[in-house]
Amino acid sequence: MNIFILVWSYLKARPLNTAINIVLLALGIAVITILLLFKNQLDQKITENSKGIDLVIGAKGSPLQLILCNIFHVDFPTGNIKLKEADRISKNGLINAAIPLALGDSYHSYRIIGTNIRFAELYEAQLAQGIWWKNNLDVTVGANVAVLAKLQLNDKFTSAHGLTQEGHAHNEHQYVVKGIMRKTNTVLDNLILTNVESIWEMHETSTDSMAHHHHVKDSATLFSALVPSVAADDSVKEITSLLIKYRSPMAAVQLPRIVNAQSSLQAASPAFETARLFSILGVGVDVIMAFAYVLILISGLSIFIALYNSLKERRYDMAVMRSMGASRSKLLVSILTEGGFLTLLGCLIGLLLGHGVLMIFSAVIEQTQKAGITGIIFYSEEWIILGGSLLLGLLCALIPAVQAYRTDISSVLAGN
Amino acid sequence: MVSVSGLSYKFSAAPAISFPDFTVKSGEHFLLLGESGSGKTTLLALLGGLLRNYAGSIRINDVALETLSEHRLDKFRGQNIGFIFQRNHLISALTVEQNLMMHSYLAALPLHAARMEEVLRGLGIADKRKSNISHLSQGQAQRVAIARAVINKPSIIFADEPTSALDDRHCDSVISLLIDVANKNQSTLLIATHDQRVKDRIERKIILTH
Repeated sequence: MNIFILVWSYLKARPLNTAINIVLLALGIAVITILLLFKNQLDQKITENSKGIDLVIGAKGSPLQLILCNIFHVDFPTGNIKLKEADRISKNGLINAAIPLALGDSYHSYRIIGTNIRFAELYEAQLAQGIWWKNNLDVTVGANVAVLAKLQLNDKFTSAHGLTQEGHAHNEHQYVVKGIMRKTNTVLDNLILTNVESIWEMHETSTDSMAHHHHVKDSATLFSALVPSVAADDSVKEITSLLIKYRSPMAAVQLPRIVNAQSSLQAASPAFETARLFSILGVGVDVIMAFAYVLILISGLSIFIALYNSLKERRYDMAVMRSMGASRSKLLVSILTEGGFLTLLGCLIGLLLGHGVLMIFSAVIEQTQKAGITGIIFYSEEWIILGGSLLLGLLCALIPAVQAYRTDISSVLAGN
Repeated sequence: MVSVSGLSYKFSAAPAISFPDFTVKSGEHFLLLGESGSGKTTLLALLGGLLRNYAGSIRINDVALETLSEHRLDKFRGQNIGFIFQRNHLISALTVEQNLMMHSYLAALPLHAARMEEVLRGLGIADKRKSNISHLSQGQAQRVAIARAVINKPSIIFADEPTSALDDRHCDSVISLLIDVANKNQSTLLIATHDQRVKDRIERKIILTH
């Protein structure tokens, strides 16, 4: 026999009341947990995905779209920019590194990216099988792509225009899977990488391509810095964007201004645009959060009322317990324990529920899988939630507990 | 041993009640008689340490209750005194067994399974040990209350009107049971009552008058 058996027996003695209190609190805690897990993982993904990228340069349009498209690969390109102009920008002394991206096609809604090996290096990608892409139409695919689109080494596939499966198929050319990357838990897992030339080849007519080869062989003495197979003065070739890494912090002030001054180009900062995106989404998150707090408040109130009411029924119990040797402080502790135990239980169930829902989410919904959101991850904030819940329980039990402390045993027993 | 001298107690808005001096030797049984309102329950509460701030002296087993701190008094009460009330006041959220265990736990005394068995068997309720309090008959509940009072082998058992709600047959058997249990545990039994039926059963009497 101890205080926990007593507390548990009292809770068990009114099962409905106990259940509703636990369910109310658990729901509130579950909502908060889901938001916490989601937001933390999203923050983490965003940081990882934009790590090493200080600026994105692309065609004029929405800066947010430019970021969403070129870093998170969830939106459509703002348009194309001339390779020649991109080359010129990338030679700027403020730039440490510039990586070209050529977008446009996809396979089973996984985006195909024409770029160079430095893009893979950004995410510290490693090969799981095969080799990196080398020739035109060679691809190296991300870990998720290989699994979900069922691609294996040396598989051939045709890409579709755009990001949907229904897009116009480029039937004339087939890509070959040369390598599969290890999981990086970044957006790279959902991408198919190839060289820039392959993207061009897909979109050119065969005569264009012939002319292009001819052209290169004839006159090339200077080559493009970004795509070395192309002559530096080529005025036809286009890419989608440039990912820029600054050489010094000074560049953050000067470079965007230099780029934006040009009529056809715009520069967008991933850090700034994602912060803007979050401030837009933040309103929705705040509303859900407020709802969760209301639930928790109601459950706290409900626990307080339950304890307060049960105290009337238990006046004799407490007086008898005093007569059996219980001190005032023992009664105080037992009521506080009851409140704390109730909220702790509700909180634990809520945490489990939150993780469980997210696990089901990530198992059922492909988008969360692609985004790498998982329910099996724990953050230190959850300890704060647990501690806060315990505090709530103690707070709700405080007034009833003090009343129990003050119970005058002899008058209760005499008043029968 | 219970010894009272010069005892009086004053409720806030009433004149003080004075009690006669008396001494009860250990193992003796006494009746505490008096009309309703003569202060029987108050005296039991004082003797049991449930009421404090009285004038005079109460000594139980050679300990003067007025010298104990409230916490010490709680512990002393739990270890030395068993209470039986007019209503049983069992904790209905707990089982029969747990009600008994509660007393040992609150008094900070060890409880052996053999003792539990002995007490329950002695009162004929061994088969009810896992039962819910709400499933007991009135008589069974009274036996559980008695079992709870004696589980810690108290040196003194205070019973406050234990028979007033019972018919003649039950009244007789409960008094027999109390005397029997008190003898077995070598406890002093002090029964406060105004029930005429009890008067012949115990010789020694303390009579309270206004």
